[in-house]
Amino acid sequence: MQSMHSAGERTARGNLSGRTQGGWLHYFANPGRFARFTRPILPWLGAVSALLAVTGIVWGYAFAPADFQQGDAARIMYVHVPAAWVSMSGYAMLALCSFFSLVWRHPLADIAAEEIGPVGAGFTFVCLVSGALWGRPTWGTYWVWDARLTSVLILFFLYLGHIALVRGFESRERGYRAGAILALAGVVNLPIIVFSVQWWNTLHQGNSISFTGSSIYPSMLYPLLVSTLGFYLCFLTLVLARILAAIMERKTSSLLLASAERDA
Amino acid sequence: MIKPKTRRLYMLSALLLGFGGATALALVGFSSSLTYFLSPRQVAAHAPPAGETFRLGGIVEAGTVQTTQTGESLTTRFDVTDGQAAVPVIYTGILPDLFGVGQGVVTIGALEPDGAFHAEEVLAKHGSTYMPRDVAQSLKDAGKWNPKFGPAPGPDALGSPS
Repeated sequence: MQSMHSAGERTARGNLSGRTQGGWLHYFANPGRFARFTRPILPWLGAVSALLAVTGIVWGYAFAPADFQQGDAARIMYVHVPAAWVSMSGYAMLALCSFFSLVWRHPLADIAAEEIGPVGAGFTFVCLVSGALWGRPTWGTYWVWDARLTSVLILFFLYLGHIALVRGFESRERGYRAGAILALAGVVNLPIIVFSVQWWNTLHQGNSISFTGSSIYPSMLYPLLVSTLGFYLCFLTLVLARILAAIMERKTSSLLLASAERDA
Repeated sequence: MIKPKTRRLYMLSALLLGFGGATALALVGFSSSLTYFLSPRQVAAHAPPAGETFRLGGIVEAGTVQTTQTGESLTTRFDVTDGQAAVPVIYTGILPDLFGVGQGVVTIGALEPDGAFHAEEVLAKHGSTYMPRDVAQSLKDAGKWNPKFGPAPGPDALGSPS
C-alpha cells in the first residue's frame, strides 16, 4: 500500500515537473517523452547508419587489400566482426533493460527488452552464417564445436528463448518478469564468448582487437571500424523504431478499449 | 525500513553473483573437456589410448611434409609440433587451401599402434593478424617477420624446409 502510494505520487510529480529525483534516466524512461524525443531523429539516424554500413562494406569488399594469408576470404570480416560485436552488445543492453525492469519496474525497460530480442537474434544469425561461410574456405569446415562457436550459438538460443518467453504468458507482466530473469542469467555467457579463445584451445583465432591495440593492418582496420559503427547505428535505429511502434500500439489499443467501454 | 526496490536490487545482485560464481566453478571443473584440441606436449605427457578418436592441434613442422599419390588418393605425412613435442600425422584426402609449413592445423583422428596419428580430417587454423600481401612481403624482406603472424609469405609455403 505504502509503495503504491509513493509510486503514484512519483508519476504525478514526474508529469508536472518533467524531472524526478531519479535524474536523466527517469526523465527519458517516460514512454510518451521517449516517443516525442525519438520520432524526429529516427529518419536521420536510419540514413546515417545505412550510409556508414554500406560505406564500410563496399570499402572492405572492393577497395581494401586482400589478406596475405587468407586472400579474399578474409573480406567477410567486414560483415562478420561487426555483427558479432553488435550481437554481444545487444545482449548486454537486453540484460541492462531486464535489470531495470526487475528492480525499478520501468515500463519502458520492459518494452525495450521485448523489442531488442528479435533484432539481436537477427544480428547473431548474421554472425553465425557469415562465420560458417568464412570457415569453409579457410578452416575447411562450416562448423566445429569449439568453445567460441558453441558459446555464440548459445547466445543465439538465449535470444530465441527470451523472444518466446516474454510473449508466452497470458499476462504481459509475467512474461516480462520471466524474460528478464532468463536474460540476466544468460549474461554469464558474454565473458565466456569474449575470453573463450584465450581460456581454451579453439579453432577460432584469437581476438584481433583489444584495448591495447589491434593486429589488423590500418588499410583493413579503417573499413572495419566504419562498418562496425554503421552496424551499431543500424541496431540502434531498428530497436528505437520497434520501441516507438510498440508504444503507439499500446496507446492505440488502450484508446480503442476506452472507446469500446464508453459505447457499451 | 528497507525500500522494496532496494531489497530487489540487493536480492538480484546476490543472485547474479551466486549464479556467476557457480558458472565459473563449473567452467573450471569442466575445463579439460572444453578444450577443443590437445597439443603435442599434452599427447606426449598423457597419450590417449590407441584407436581412441581425439583432436590434435599445432603447427606443421618445416621439412616434414611428404606427399605420395596412389591412384586417385593423395596421402600426406607431416609432423604437428608445438615447439616442445611433435606427433607424426598421416592423412589421406584433400587438404584445406591454407595448409602449409608453419601453419596451424587441427586434425581429428586417432593414434594407431604404428605410433602415428591417423587423421580423418585436417582443418587449418589461421592467426588473428591481417595485413596486405605487399606489407607481409616487405616485413619478411626486412627480416622483421614475427612467427606469431603465421607462416612467412614466399615460395617456401609448402613442403620444402625454409
